[in-house]
Amino acid sequence: MEKFGFTISKGRQIDYESNDRRIAEYIFEREPSFRLCIECGGCSATCTTGNLTQFSLRELHILIKRGENDQVRQNIRKCMLCGKCTLVCPRGVNTRNIVVLAKQAFQKSDEYAI
Amino acid sequence: MQFDPFVIPFNIGLYFILIYSVVRSVIWFRDLSRPDKLRLQRGFFGTAFVQSLKEIFLESLIHRKILKTNFKLGYMHMSLAFGWFLLILFGTIEADIFGTKHLNAPYKAIFFRFFNPEHGGMGFEAVYGFFMDLILAFILSGLFLAVSKRFYSKVVGMRKTTRLKATDKIALISLWLIFPSRLLAESFTSGAHGNGSFLTGSLGSWLATFLPAQQMAYPFWWLYSLSLGTFFILLPITRYMHIPTELFLIFMRNSGIKTGDKSGTYSEVETHSCSSCGICIDACQLNFSVGITNIQSAYLMKAIRNNDDVSDIAHNCLMCGRCDLKCPVGIELSPIRMIQRRAGEPENDFRNIYKGYFRSRQSVALEKTNGSSAYDFLPENNPKKADVLFFAGCMTHLTPTIKNSMIKILEASGVNYNFIDEQGGVCCGRPLMLAGQDKEARELINYNSRMIWKSGAHTLVTSCPICYKVFKESYYLDVEVLHHTQFIKRMIDEGSIKMNFLHKKVVYHTPCDLGRGSGVYDEPKDVLKHVSRLEKSKFEDENSLCCGGSLGNMKISNQQKSKIARDAAAELTKGNPDILATACPLCKKTFSAVTETRVADISEIVAEAMMQPSVKKYILKQVNSIKELANI
Repeated sequence: MEKFGFTISKGRQIDYESNDRRIAEYIFEREPSFRLCIECGGCSATCTTGNLTQFSLRELHILIKRGENDQVRQNIRKCMLCGKCTLVCPRGVNTRNIVVLAKQAFQKSDEYAI
Repeated sequence: MQFDPFVIPFNIGLYFILIYSVVRSVIWFRDLSRPDKLRLQRGFFGTAFVQSLKEIFLESLIHRKILKTNFKLGYMHMSLAFGWFLLILFGTIEADIFGTKHLNAPYKAIFFRFFNPEHGGMGFEAVYGFFMDLILAFILSGLFLAVSKRFYSKVVGMRKTTRLKATDKIALISLWLIFPSRLLAESFTSGAHGNGSFLTGSLGSWLATFLPAQQMAYPFWWLYSLSLGTFFILLPITRYMHIPTELFLIFMRNSGIKTGDKSGTYSEVETHSCSSCGICIDACQLNFSVGITNIQSAYLMKAIRNNDDVSDIAHNCLMCGRCDLKCPVGIELSPIRMIQRRAGEPENDFRNIYKGYFRSRQSVALEKTNGSSAYDFLPENNPKKADVLFFAGCMTHLTPTIKNSMIKILEASGVNYNFIDEQGGVCCGRPLMLAGQDKEARELINYNSRMIWKSGAHTLVTSCPICYKVFKESYYLDVEVLHHTQFIKRMIDEGSIKMNFLHKKVVYHTPCDLGRGSGVYDEPKDVLKHVSRLEKSKFEDENSLCCGGSLGNMKISNQQKSKIARDAAAELTKGNPDILATACPLCKKTFSAVTETRVADISEIVAEAMMQPSVKKYILKQVNSIKELANI
């Protein structure tokens, strides 16, 4: 279909009713520093993977907190755990551990296994 | 036939432990891989066997390495091990010479005085008795230290001592009871018969003045036998298993067997060889900087032995390797920790006390993956051909001064080089390995290897010790891997780069992965000596501290990391140096956040000291352009 340069964007409301916060809870419990994130995007700016692809840790953090896990599940494995994000984080969030815990949480819940 | 029912517990224990050792050895030998079996056979008929005997004498009996680190602790271990050995050896000889007949059952030697109460009155017998008493006194002095250590660890100069589980406590009490009960039993018997030497004799005659010695002796012989029997039966499921296994460990190590990256017989033997002496606890920075005292290697070994869930302990470690080099038994602690990290969380947590005798092989949790590649987005890379490759690594990209200094040095050295990750490359894979994700790490390793092969280089220079270690150990490359300090050293030796002497006081911090991890100690210091005044610090070479920024530990918080960094930086800058030099971008980054002293990588110092090649180049460029103009 010809779009004439226009797109129709999908609905952008966040539906907390249908969202699954289990992954977020799992991480909050084991890595309290996850709460400190101010979503500044420093991690995404320095990211080795982000340099090569669209991967953004900041986006994933926000999505996990919202409970929109599908996109997180598809992307979280791209992280190389190099640790630059942890070093640049102004709030001292242990970002590496968050990625590892997120992977673990997906691994544990059968419906999300990656 | 000399016999008394009280020897039964001892005999049961002794024969149990002998049969158990044989069965266990057979199982262990059967589980060895074929090459390791061959190594063991070759070792048995080669020099390894003789070497092992020497080492067993020095380490298992004398405990030389513990004596060196901590004299009192070493004396405690030595008096118990060597003393007991002497007691058994000379007890057997005594029973053989003075007994009713030669070649006695073992219990005859152990309970010699009970069966020969009239022995030891005169002449040679008395001298021999004096000697036996001396050995007993030697053991008792060590035992006194051991008991006091349990209640107040500073007695032997240790800050922390290991905590014990219930079976360990029972075994410990039975071990403690063995020698005092022997002393009392022998004393009462001697007191009743009016003989015995300086220890048993005098104690015996004193006790006999107010106690019925003849009647009192018998219960103590029972206690002696019971405590020996209990100790032997509990031995396989407690830390005292290290007594027999350490002999195997020494022989296997001398035969050339290594831990490797899978759990097997050797790692199991190593785990059982840990005596929980606690030296690793004192060496650990997590202990003395941030007060975490339940994750040290001794506890890891214990948790593995008990089939506990070790994933928390295994991951909470800086992987600095300080304990590896301090371990008096020579257990390869870091590789064992890595094996546990790879294994993930165990599926079943069922365990009971009987299982301790034949520990089931650790079950590796099956991964729930769909088998697809995690990094299929990586672009195909065709690097240009070069002789020398420079791989900066992720951390160097975060510290651009190091990157720029290295470019300057490489330009000046005149080699044909290619900066392969100039646009920000792919991680080397070690951080993933440290998190126990080897499969993912392998993908990155394959990607980088392809790139390095394609470039046709013969040398790979990296700025990051983390990358250096993994390039050395886990990549199968046909190139020479150099850390940039080694490269700079070579360039200086060849005369490719010329430098001025900087009149600065420098103290060098050895990065964990470069020093203990890869054994590169001298080159960085040689380079520093070449350009500056290198000061000594208390934590040199193998004893160097970790900066705390390690990627090995994901469990500790940011605050705890910076506490470790502050403590380490404070120790290193005690002599007020101008520069705190290091050879690792991660160490630099961690230290510069916590200290007032200037922190610099060696490449930065070298680049600073180098004669200005850019000026030279500029002049040459001008000359060339004038020439070109003249030609026109």
